[in-house]
Amino acid sequence: MKLHEYQAKEIFAREGIPVPMGRIARNPREAFEISREIGSEVVLKAQVLVGGRGKAGGILFSSLEEVEEKSRKIFSTEIKGERPELILVEERLNSVKEFYLGITFDRSRGRPVVMTSSEGGVEIEEVARRSPEKITWVEVDPLKGIYPYMIRKLSRPFPKEVRKEAHEIIAKLYEIFVKYDAELAEINPLIYDGKKLVAADAVLNINDDSLFRQNFKREEEGIEGIASREGFSYVTLDGEIAIIGNGAGLTMATLDAVEMEGGKAANFLDIGGGVPPEGMKKALEIVYMNEKAKLVLVNVFGGINRCDEIAQGIRMFFEERGGKLDKPLVVRLTGTNEEEGRRILEEIGIEVYKDLREAVKSAVRRVKNDTSL
Amino acid sequence: MILVSEKTKVLVQGITGRQGKFHTRLMLDYGTKIVAGVTPGKGGEMVHGVPVYDSVEEALSEHEVDASVIFVPAPFAKDAVVEAIDNSIDFLVVITEHIPIHDVAQMKRIAEIEGSRFIGPNTPGIISPGRAKLGIMPHRIFKQGEVGVVSRSGTLTYEVVDSMTKHGIGQTTVLGIGGDPIVGTNFIDVLEMFEEDRETRAVVLIGEIGGKAEEEASSFIKDEMSKPVVAYIAGRTAPPGKRMGHAGAIISGGIGTAESKIKALKKAGVSVAEFPWEVGRILSEII
Repeated sequence: MKLHEYQAKEIFAREGIPVPMGRIARNPREAFEISREIGSEVVLKAQVLVGGRGKAGGILFSSLEEVEEKSRKIFSTEIKGERPELILVEERLNSVKEFYLGITFDRSRGRPVVMTSSEGGVEIEEVARRSPEKITWVEVDPLKGIYPYMIRKLSRPFPKEVRKEAHEIIAKLYEIFVKYDAELAEINPLIYDGKKLVAADAVLNINDDSLFRQNFKREEEGIEGIASREGFSYVTLDGEIAIIGNGAGLTMATLDAVEMEGGKAANFLDIGGGVPPEGMKKALEIVYMNEKAKLVLVNVFGGINRCDEIAQGIRMFFEERGGKLDKPLVVRLTGTNEEEGRRILEEIGIEVYKDLREAVKSAVRRVKNDTSL
Repeated sequence: MILVSEKTKVLVQGITGRQGKFHTRLMLDYGTKIVAGVTPGKGGEMVHGVPVYDSVEEALSEHEVDASVIFVPAPFAKDAVVEAIDNSIDFLVVITEHIPIHDVAQMKRIAEIEGSRFIGPNTPGIISPGRAKLGIMPHRIFKQGEVGVVSRSGTLTYEVVDSMTKHGIGQTTVLGIGGDPIVGTNFIDVLEMFEEDRETRAVVLIGEIGGKAEEEASSFIKDEMSKPVVAYIAGRTAPPGKRMGHAGAIISGGIGTAESKIKALKKAGVSVAEFPWEVGRILSEII
């Protein structure tokens, strides 16, 4: 779960990492009020979770006179499909030099890695490609935690005058990384204004699997939100064949197969394991909401899931709609209790494929050939 | 055959839960030697004829155990893993999904220090067909044979194994390393074991987007393996920045694309199947 910049900065401030003076505005009027309190040039930052908001016009510098107009402009700008509801209004910092500080997991080694760089303000992946020697990094043993000697190494890129502050900020960010079950904690840029260091930006991604012991509320909207509350993984795509599968790998493989046969997937929906009939019915309701989708392809390889229960769910959905589906349904069922599942569906006139290849081919052919779909 | 055989004596942690109970039955039916179970507070009960204990220590005072299968819910899974490791069980199968990433990092480190190995989390388990199953796979699709299978995914493995079995190609051992970003045992560990295993003549690697595990496996295959490897990678059409079901299946910062993995594997001499159902046919041509 990605936190908004202002939420991450609230945590930083609480834990003792210096952040710019500022507050959140819900409308241009509030933005003006906050700017007046700050009393200097401000920066207006759209609070959206997608990357690249600066380039998309989501970050603007402003004098007090222009604040209302400029924040109105940001509120009405769609940034990669997201329209900002909040703007963070902050003092404009005087930047002498920009640094990078980030903590994430090295997946292969299974350990946190802390990185600093004198090349702040650009993506760290780009620095890693262009000039890897400009990144200082240490790997931390998750049982021992971070030690001062590691932080001394990480503080080296910072100017002498603020090395002590850098040391404290690195130690505190590591504390936050652990305390809040983060997958990624990043300050980019960490600005040196000639006197002190300030976290000009803040990224904090909380591990989804840790939310049960953290105090964050997920605010997902639309179809993805509905799906996630049902315990499904859902990703919206822009094709015309809606896909329901069980298991992440198999569902991805189904998407790939559809595309390689010449079709395009409308979504990714993984129902997971041990789904009761009601769950399967819910999954169908979710994909039938997508107006772009012209056909629905179900691919279930029963293991923990039982084909008869999946089929019962399909039948419940079918009967609830009076036996009429506005998008055709192609079903592939195999594995645990396959025969019973097939029997249930054949009773209501739904053809069941045993073979994934044939199901995919049939789905793509029907979408392509039948222009009335 | 690697890691598990018909002789492996198995403990099931979380044996009285819904999944634990159900799969204990299926594992027993398959012939797996389950000698005891553990659920704190349920000591003295029986599950399908298997005695249940309150702690691993108590179970071990009555039984010899080689491996533990863990069905304990995510919030308590780290405790269960450490309990097993502290009692010197040196092979664990962590079926549990959604364990916090910081817990998994610590589990991995503890296992390294104590010399234990775990597979998972979020794994369908491990099966040596015809001998033993420590996990949740539908056993009917497997067939004893000469090909080792290692995978990051559950149901996709079933699809691939099904295609192998239909082509008459059996398996020595099939192992899921798990769909999480951090796992106890990685591709290279398993490839190394298959390379050394005398029964295994070829290996199937099933990967997916996210991380660099397949790229790292490719260099190992290129430098260290003599046996032929066939691979399938899921997620060619996955958009960047989106988690595709598995916690580990995400392309971020340009890292983890299917394209990069397929390229690395092909460079290492691996035959990469376009579709999961092709794996059986490709294998029948090379062995």
